[in-house]
Amino acid sequence: MKLTFPHMGNAYITIKALLDELGLDYVIPPFNNKRSMSLGSKYAPEQVCLPLKKNLGNYIEAFEMGADTVVLTGGCGPCRFGFYAELEKEILHDNGFPMEVYAFEKPEQGIWEVIERIKAVTGGFNVPKLVKAVKAAADISVMVDELERLTYKTRPREASPGETDKIYRDFRYGIFEATGGKEIKEHIKEAEERLRQIPLKEGRQPLRVGIIGEIYGTNDSQTTMDIDIRLGQMGIEVYRYVTLSSWVVDHMLKKALRMAYDMGAIEAARPYLSGTVGGHAQENAGNAIRFAKDGYDGVIQLYPLNCMPEIVVQSLLPAIERDYGMPILTLIIDEMTGEAGYITRLEAFAELMYQRRELQK
Amino acid sequence: MITIGIPRAFLYYDYGHCCRAFFEELGARVIVSGESNLEILDKGAELCVDEACLALKLFYGHTADIKNKVDYLFIPRLTSISKGEYICPKIGGLPDLVRHTIPGVPKLISPEINLRKSYRQLIPAVLEAGRYFTRDDRKIMTAYRKAANMWRENTKYSLFIPPAEGPSLNIAVIGHSYNVHDRIISMNTLEKLKSSGASVYTCEMLPEELINNECGSLSKKIFWHYGRKTVGSCLYLSKQIEIDGIIFLMTYGCGVDSFMADYAERKIRRQSSVPFMLINLDEHTGEAGLNTRLEAFTDMVGMRKSEYA
Repeated sequence: MKLTFPHMGNAYITIKALLDELGLDYVIPPFNNKRSMSLGSKYAPEQVCLPLKKNLGNYIEAFEMGADTVVLTGGCGPCRFGFYAELEKEILHDNGFPMEVYAFEKPEQGIWEVIERIKAVTGGFNVPKLVKAVKAAADISVMVDELERLTYKTRPREASPGETDKIYRDFRYGIFEATGGKEIKEHIKEAEERLRQIPLKEGRQPLRVGIIGEIYGTNDSQTTMDIDIRLGQMGIEVYRYVTLSSWVVDHMLKKALRMAYDMGAIEAARPYLSGTVGGHAQENAGNAIRFAKDGYDGVIQLYPLNCMPEIVVQSLLPAIERDYGMPILTLIIDEMTGEAGYITRLEAFAELMYQRRELQK
Repeated sequence: MITIGIPRAFLYYDYGHCCRAFFEELGARVIVSGESNLEILDKGAELCVDEACLALKLFYGHTADIKNKVDYLFIPRLTSISKGEYICPKIGGLPDLVRHTIPGVPKLISPEINLRKSYRQLIPAVLEAGRYFTRDDRKIMTAYRKAANMWRENTKYSLFIPPAEGPSLNIAVIGHSYNVHDRIISMNTLEKLKSSGASVYTCEMLPEELINNECGSLSKKIFWHYGRKTVGSCLYLSKQIEIDGIIFLMTYGCGVDSFMADYAERKIRRQSSVPFMLINLDEHTGEAGLNTRLEAFTDMVGMRKSEYA
């Protein structure tokens, strides 16, 4: 059995650590690219959301590299992600890619179902080994997110442009050379060290932009067309609350273990969105408000076309924009989105924020 | 007398009558927005974000249509109306959407209805809605029981499909009740089929047990209320020899159906040879195009039937 998994930004680092620790055989599909995108949209129904199309592309490319089993996480509604595994399996089978798809999710039919699936994939149920692997993966997801946030700080401030990007790119590709939790952690620390040594311009006060939106659409760099890098290169600092580690650690592990987790965003969103509508809707509405209160210069909402929870958030954002006096831009992405139009909108938004800051002085 | 407005959209088609009976029993005057028309749709499309589904746009239109005539609008916060299931994120956010995007809306009566864990959760919601009119909880519960009985009476179906004789056909039209039964969204598909001489069957005619039975055999539980209904109906009806064809109606931008229509189609194709057509509706759909597709479908189904007969 050769496993594979879908890409979502830097998630491959965490998943690689997990699978390495468990000693399983796996293939990392090529990063999201034009070919995987067109393969995905060829086989997927037209109106499903973009991440499903991207996932399919990843699976098919991994299939060509010898993978036969897909592992991913799941859910039980109301967001469509909960049904991904099922529909993806159907599509793969109908189109001559006989891959098995296992979703690891909050069990509908009791804990045994999950244990059965873990047994099927890992060929056993070794609790200490599992706990150790999950712990290592969770640590790594936090470290990777911290590293990424460090690049958000250095990119707009670096003295010679492009240094951060170079280190970050080396880091992302260098991961393939590392095996196991320990080596990956060392690799991350090394990159962090290099980032901290970048000479910075003194006394620069860059514009600050908060990024909110659907988790795949904000975390996957190919889907966002490197929005964080582009903004950084324009001299803008970005911040994003919803990351892989926030999802894995807060949403999945802490919830499963019934531990307290950060409710700040959900509380902040209450006047606008009082109940759950699925996905990260409440968190995103709340984070927009948190950014406004922290004095950010603007917020960008990103989501793949047709994302149900984000449409609700999008409808509420004008009210937040009005009440807090902070500009908000919504960008919707699908497989047809052209890069030039996208960049033009980003540049126009940046210009608006600069002028706004000048006026406020 | 207090006047309550109920928009004729979304769950009105399933629960509107019993909500109306409930409020009238408590002494309120109930105004339901008029039958959908193009003017209402245009008004809704103007107020709503472009990306929303057709049904949400129509809901906005209906709400805007009656907002000035009523003291309260009844828009409950619906997370789930059946055990272990959700409705859809957009329906879940309705009260917040209305409050923050439609200018000049009256106060909302929006009790939280979340029956995902237990049906008992309905009682606090009923009391919350009733307390706008009376302080007597017993009176509220009496009104509630009356309305609930009325709903049970209205939804008692026993499906009987007589084989269609000669040139007439039995066509199943599958879709969310608020799409299939709305004139504007469905562009009168039901009427059009009936006037062409077909007998039409919809999801609401199927008893719940049949639907649940079909969905029980799936490898993953469908966690959307309307998703389970449509897929279950498709699976059941595709096995019935009396059904000559299945039409699945979905609206552009419906997230649930983007998955369920495709899923149902794949499942049907594997177990049955019944003709299946997926129709995707949006506010731009030209009626002539739809007519042509419906005619072509009924022609094809008719020819196929006479060939096998």
